[in-house]
Amino acid sequence: MASLCPYGRFTHAVVRGIPESFGKAADGSGDATSTDLAKAQRQFGVLMGALRQKVGLQLIEIPADSELPESWRIEDVAVIMGDTALITRPWKQQRRSEVEAVRRVVTELNLSVVEMGVEEGGSGGATLEGSDVLFTGREFFVGISKHTNHRGAEVLADTFRDFAVSTVPVYGGFRLKNICSMGGPDTIIISNSEGARKTLRMMEQLTDHHYEVLTVPEDAASNCVYVRGSAKVDYLLHPTAEECPNSVTAFQKLPDYTLLPTACSEASKLGGSLSSFCLLINRKPHAY
Amino acid sequence: MVMCQVTMLDGSQFPCEVEKRAKGQYLFFKVCETLNLLEKDYFGLSFKDNTDQTCWLDPLKEMKRQIRNAPWNFSFNVKFYPPDPSQLTEDITRYLLCLQLRQDIASGRLPCSFVTHALLGSYTLQAELGDHDPDEHRTDYISDFHFAPSQTREMEEKVVELHKSHRGMTPAQADTQFLENAKKLSMFGVDLHHAKDSEGVDIMLGVCANGLLIYKDRLRINRFAWPKILKISYKRSNFYIKIRPGETEQFESTVGFKLPNHRAAKRLWKVCVENHTFFRLMTPEQPTKAKFLTLGSKFRYSGRTQAQTRQASSLIDRPAPYFQRTSSKRISRSLDGAPVISVISDGSGPEGGKENGRDPALELSSDSKEDEEPSDGAAAAATTAAASNSAEEDADESEATLRKSKLRVQGENIYVRHSNLMLEDLDKTQDDVLKHQASISELKRSFMEATPEPRPSQWDKRLTASPATSLRLQAQGKSPPRMETFLPESKDVVKSADDKQKSEAVAAATAAQPVVEIEETVIVEEVRKTPKPAAAASEVLEVQAVASQEPQEAAKVAVEEKKPAIEASISSDSESEEEAEYHPQTTSVSVEQIKEEPEEEQEEAELNKQEPSPEPEPIAVAEPEIAPAPVPVQPVVEDGTPNAKEEAQPVVDVVDDGIVEEEMMLTPDEAPNGYSAEDMQGLGSLEEEEQEPRMNGDASHVETEHLPQVICCSEPPVVKTEMVTISDTFAAQKTEIATKEVPIVHTETKTITYEAAQLDGSGDGEPGVLMTAQTITSESLCTTTTTHITKTLKGGLSETRIEKRIVITGDSDIDHDQALAQAIKEAKEQHPDMSVTRVVVHKETELAEDED
Repeated sequence: MASLCPYGRFTHAVVRGIPESFGKAADGSGDATSTDLAKAQRQFGVLMGALRQKVGLQLIEIPADSELPESWRIEDVAVIMGDTALITRPWKQQRRSEVEAVRRVVTELNLSVVEMGVEEGGSGGATLEGSDVLFTGREFFVGISKHTNHRGAEVLADTFRDFAVSTVPVYGGFRLKNICSMGGPDTIIISNSEGARKTLRMMEQLTDHHYEVLTVPEDAASNCVYVRGSAKVDYLLHPTAEECPNSVTAFQKLPDYTLLPTACSEASKLGGSLSSFCLLINRKPHAY
Repeated sequence: MVMCQVTMLDGSQFPCEVEKRAKGQYLFFKVCETLNLLEKDYFGLSFKDNTDQTCWLDPLKEMKRQIRNAPWNFSFNVKFYPPDPSQLTEDITRYLLCLQLRQDIASGRLPCSFVTHALLGSYTLQAELGDHDPDEHRTDYISDFHFAPSQTREMEEKVVELHKSHRGMTPAQADTQFLENAKKLSMFGVDLHHAKDSEGVDIMLGVCANGLLIYKDRLRINRFAWPKILKISYKRSNFYIKIRPGETEQFESTVGFKLPNHRAAKRLWKVCVENHTFFRLMTPEQPTKAKFLTLGSKFRYSGRTQAQTRQASSLIDRPAPYFQRTSSKRISRSLDGAPVISVISDGSGPEGGKENGRDPALELSSDSKEDEEPSDGAAAAATTAAASNSAEEDADESEATLRKSKLRVQGENIYVRHSNLMLEDLDKTQDDVLKHQASISELKRSFMEATPEPRPSQWDKRLTASPATSLRLQAQGKSPPRMETFLPESKDVVKSADDKQKSEAVAAATAAQPVVEIEETVIVEEVRKTPKPAAAASEVLEVQAVASQEPQEAAKVAVEEKKPAIEASISSDSESEEEAEYHPQTTSVSVEQIKEEPEEEQEEAELNKQEPSPEPEPIAVAEPEIAPAPVPVQPVVEDGTPNAKEEAQPVVDVVDDGIVEEEMMLTPDEAPNGYSAEDMQGLGSLEEEEQEPRMNGDASHVETEHLPQVICCSEPPVVKTEMVTISDTFAAQKTEIATKEVPIVHTETKTITYEAAQLDGSGDGEPGVLMTAQTITSESLCTTTTTHITKTLKGGLSETRIEKRIVITGDSDIDHDQALAQAIKEAKEQHPDMSVTRVVVHKETELAEDED
């Protein structure tokens, strides 16, 4: 049972390259002129380097596909916990074909694959995107947002039956992971915005556990990637001081952490964040 | 002797012969003995009632009364799932817990992922078969085991694979590993109940060690930890929890849920009470001993709490008992066969069924008074057999009293009323009530001849002990209206007081007993009103009867049956409940809280001033104390007044659901001479200082020589109600909230009222001067006690009236008669110097339920 492992143990990361069409959302909502493709690709490269060389994860990169301008947000299309991968059903119709490549990869990794799509009949209209899902190691919080609905959360709960799955509201058009992320086995990093505080209150109300809460003044700073390295080193990838000047000191409060400032300014123009880029997987046999 | 069949956790049957009248614990102990189980507090016996709901067998009640017509078949189950099984002392306890969990998992009651199914299954194999033996254990060796609701070949292969990895693990270790994994499942120990939220959406309520969880489908949408819950109640098929205000919130809120039926609501309520007590308290809530008017209807968990059982098991000193781990094969088979599984498989599960919904008897904790009341039917019949169940002493006493009063009083009337009214017509209720007249004597007789109860209740004892005061019972049933208009009532009280005699001082004397209820918060409110004509308000009805000082008055017994709308009663609840805090274990809490409120203290001070003469007069003493801590007050009162005549009016409302409302009115009258004068003076000064607003007396009455203070009287006879207490504000708000939430349900209400003869009519027209009025509300998880104390000056006499209303949200049926008798006794005991003028027992039931 994965629930035996504290949050943060990962062996693999699955990522997907930045397509040429980056920033040109199929629905035209993205403003292509505002994003810098080359810079985005550079930042993506830096992130991959950090994950591979600093954190020490095995990286699996799915090639970019310019037919799928948002496919770099790989976090949205699967929720992986333990040996189980739930292939999600993104809210946007155009994004649903993104799941195919991911499904292939997780299958190759011998994860047991659960399809949200196939339940469509019964769960008509279920939508869920991974960026609305916060797994704490003990339980799931699912942000009910524009992208994720209750039916989607139910499918998730049905998939990961060992865990409590709580739904929380997300305000301001964000996704749950735009305002919070895990900063350690029992640590939640969360933005100090009003909406985020409301969400946090709900999380605190719903949980049976106690989490440390690291509050950061900027929304952008609330999305980090935490990995517990093999040498028991705590790695935290967080946005750079340029992106969140006021929050850097907060990260420095984390004791004995190896902080890895990683830029993702281009992605954040599109509502993305560090965690959007990767699916973290633990393929080490569990310590049964 | 009857033969019981108990299905054990390993699927075997344990036949056991028991006496027909044996209590649940007899069989339970037999089973535990057979199992060689010492840590038994986590377990219980369940049975299926005739609606196929799983209920817990109450150890303190006769089995026969619980199962009713169902067969004597029971099932031994885990009742409280220890959140940390590693803290159990003995392996055998853990083994039994494993067996229960295997059932839970196989039946789907405890959902698991595939991986977890496989892992737990592998530990089961290790525990029961030992190391995997490739020769002996071919791949199909596990097909006899039942690991999951839907067991696949793939899963079995996974189980075997994992089984191989457990080589060398002892059965006890395997069990421990099993539990360590199982306890992390999010639904471990969660007892689910179907319900609807306020918008009619289907949800599930899950009761567990930590509190109450709300699920929609599989999603957790809310959670109320025990510390957040101030009160749990149910009414008909509605279940309510009152939530402590959050940091940013000012007021408490009440959340209501709709259960499928009354019984389900009751069952859920009981499960909550039991789980809360077991997991959150150090010791079980003290039943009702020191409490005010406690009616038996209060269900309490009577067993040991987890803390106690842990402590007890730490003392276990015996070699680990040998026990045979039966093969799961048997389990799986029996599961297939279904009897076992069926028990578990229904959503309610063992925990769900904790209470026996149908048990007519009220559950009190072990020592509590016996509240075993006759079934609902009795209520209707209350007329004929009033107090049938009440204890002997009760009966005797009341009889004696009644007779006395009879003698003195000429006309006695008995009213039997039946009506089906919707509460909405509160005002009309009384009028609309059909009246059946029976001869008083009959009624009385039946009342007197009530069957003695086996053990004397606290009430009884007290009552017996109490000096012979004239008991006047006036019964008018209409609790619900009262509840709503609590404040108005107080007015009423005042009025009545006026009516009675000349000067009536309504002093707030708390009837509170020396020991305040655990978990209760007492709130003191001051209400000042001008006397009104009593008769005017329909609501007033009850109150009117109130205090007549003369012992000799005729007793009227009116039995009414009504079907009022729910709202009234509920709203009333909310009103009285303001600001109660939930302090599970602290006895002193209430006191402290009270003190915290400056206003109350002020009152105290005032009171003191008012009543200079401390000892001789109960009133004087009582009042000062009341404000600070209700507790001390009571004793004082009792000691009190030689001179003063007191009237105690306990009004008991018993609601079928288990809501019992008791009102007690105690009115000590002070002799016009000595004390009263002093008091008056004191009052006067007070008034001058602080009480201007309060004064609503009739000038005319007040005028009596003694009271220069009459000043107050000068004020218009208009009734002013002031809520002095901080709590008031809250109260109002809360009330509103509660009211909104209350759905209107058709209910049946039965009310029995005993009322002492009315005072001389003189009082009616002439209001006295209300000196003080105080309302104290205390609330526990399932009980709300409202004490309203008024002191009125009329002419040279002061009268203190104590009105108590206790609303008990109970599960079991309450016997009106007994409740009434108890109320009287209690009242008398607590305030020997006062006379009881009226007792009302009011019972509300959901109609459908009644038919059961």
